[in-house]
Amino acid sequence: MREVAIIGIGMIRFGELWEKSLRDMCVEASLNCFKDAGTDRVDSITVGCMSSGLFTGQEHLSSLVPDYLGKINTPASRVESACASGGLAVRTAFLEVASGISDYALAVGVEKMTDVSVNEATYALATASDRDYEAFHGITFPGLYAMLAKAHMDRYGTTREQLAEVAVKNHANGVLNPYAQFPFPVTRETVMNSTMIADPLRLLDCSPITDGAAAVLLTTETEAKRLKKNPVVGITGIGMGTDTIALSQRKDILRLDAIDHAVRRALKMAGKKIGDIDFAEVHDCFTIAEILVVETMGIVDQGKGGPATIDGLTALTGKFPVNPSGGLKAKGHPVGASGVAQICEAVEQLRGNAGKRQIDNARSGITQNMGGSGGSCVCHVLEVK
Amino acid sequence: MNVPKHWRESPQRYRMEAGKCRKCERIFFPGRLVCPECGHTGFDMVKLSGKGKLHTFTVIRTAPSGFTDFAPYAVGIVELDEGIRILGQITDCDPDSLQTGDRLTSKFRRMNDEGKTGMIMYSYKFVPDNGI
Repeated sequence: MREVAIIGIGMIRFGELWEKSLRDMCVEASLNCFKDAGTDRVDSITVGCMSSGLFTGQEHLSSLVPDYLGKINTPASRVESACASGGLAVRTAFLEVASGISDYALAVGVEKMTDVSVNEATYALATASDRDYEAFHGITFPGLYAMLAKAHMDRYGTTREQLAEVAVKNHANGVLNPYAQFPFPVTRETVMNSTMIADPLRLLDCSPITDGAAAVLLTTETEAKRLKKNPVVGITGIGMGTDTIALSQRKDILRLDAIDHAVRRALKMAGKKIGDIDFAEVHDCFTIAEILVVETMGIVDQGKGGPATIDGLTALTGKFPVNPSGGLKAKGHPVGASGVAQICEAVEQLRGNAGKRQIDNARSGITQNMGGSGGSCVCHVLEVK
Repeated sequence: MNVPKHWRESPQRYRMEAGKCRKCERIFFPGRLVCPECGHTGFDMVKLSGKGKLHTFTVIRTAPSGFTDFAPYAVGIVELDEGIRILGQITDCDPDSLQTGDRLTSKFRRMNDEGKTGMIMYSYKFVPDNGI
């Protein structure tokens, strides 16, 4: 297996991009990525997208993206693992390069979510749950995470203030990110007084509906060192895990086994422990999700995610910064793009290019991208080479 | 939703029929072809009691398409006396008075419809034993 490095990253600013189509966003992010890499060589393309069919009526992205990118005749595939589709696209591109099938593999994550109404978008997102036994009963994604929040509050005494602090922290980071959809600060009071969506989660506990795309170009570490365009950042560990699609079927709903497996596998491959890692980009689709994930990853003990957030452990200047980009919460959550955007942020940090949100001496980072209520999870460990 | 898509789930939705593994005796709802615990592929049908207690719940205020007329409504994960958990709506109650651990019983109820000329869908919902 060949060592894999990231030579290019490309983002577009996330938001309600009414003037941009699905194909425009994919192409813009990819062109930004080529510019960053200093090359547009591509041997294969993997598109991560959750539901272009329900959101826009367009499938067959394995033709659309190479076509409009000016890369006709390039092998391409579209991968889907709900909100982990972006992470899965990076994983697939990694396997292309590591296996020797491609020397240059492009991963593009995309979601165009604002061409439908909020209720239709809520329906489309709910298809990531068990359609016949969860969504059929009228549960939504905020609803599934709300039930996790309620259970976490019942078992560990997690408070409304602790949940709100996750949003406060991530918005504070998002202010410093030029690609963020919501680059403004929020207070605990604003979060706790925002509209109730699914008790106990309120509007500002939820990541938004977002249009966006992100791209990364992977090649071998040897090739990246030869090019000398950018500081070389390698992907030294990859991990994926899966769990029951229905939340109710898990032996303990507060144990996110898919995340546990994905994190362990990625760290084992990289030969690291979580304590060796300098920062994390995690899947904070809801405030409670970040608390559950930092506990499952072993950044804090079970049940301590809330107090640790209040204590500033996961803040930009804390001992273990989590979501320096602003996370899904403030940066926005175009579902298929989020996993790729996490990689873009990790590379910015490891190159030392993250500007005002730069973490001092960042040498290694981990990304965690999950689908549904934790039915699938993809992790990557990135290191400066 | 077309007719077969709902019809084929009717044993589960109308009668709460579950599958019990012939080897390890674990119960799964809905039924499966492969036991995730022991890998066995033989199952017997068992009917669930529909009685249990509330494990966790929420009140949906922003509803998906097809449910907007019902909001706010409660949805919970119910731990049945058989030891398995099942997700469903909790109805005939004030959602704000629900508490974790409340005893519930399943009832056969109208879920929603596909408009004035479409199919009407029915399924189980849960009602608190202590009444409204």
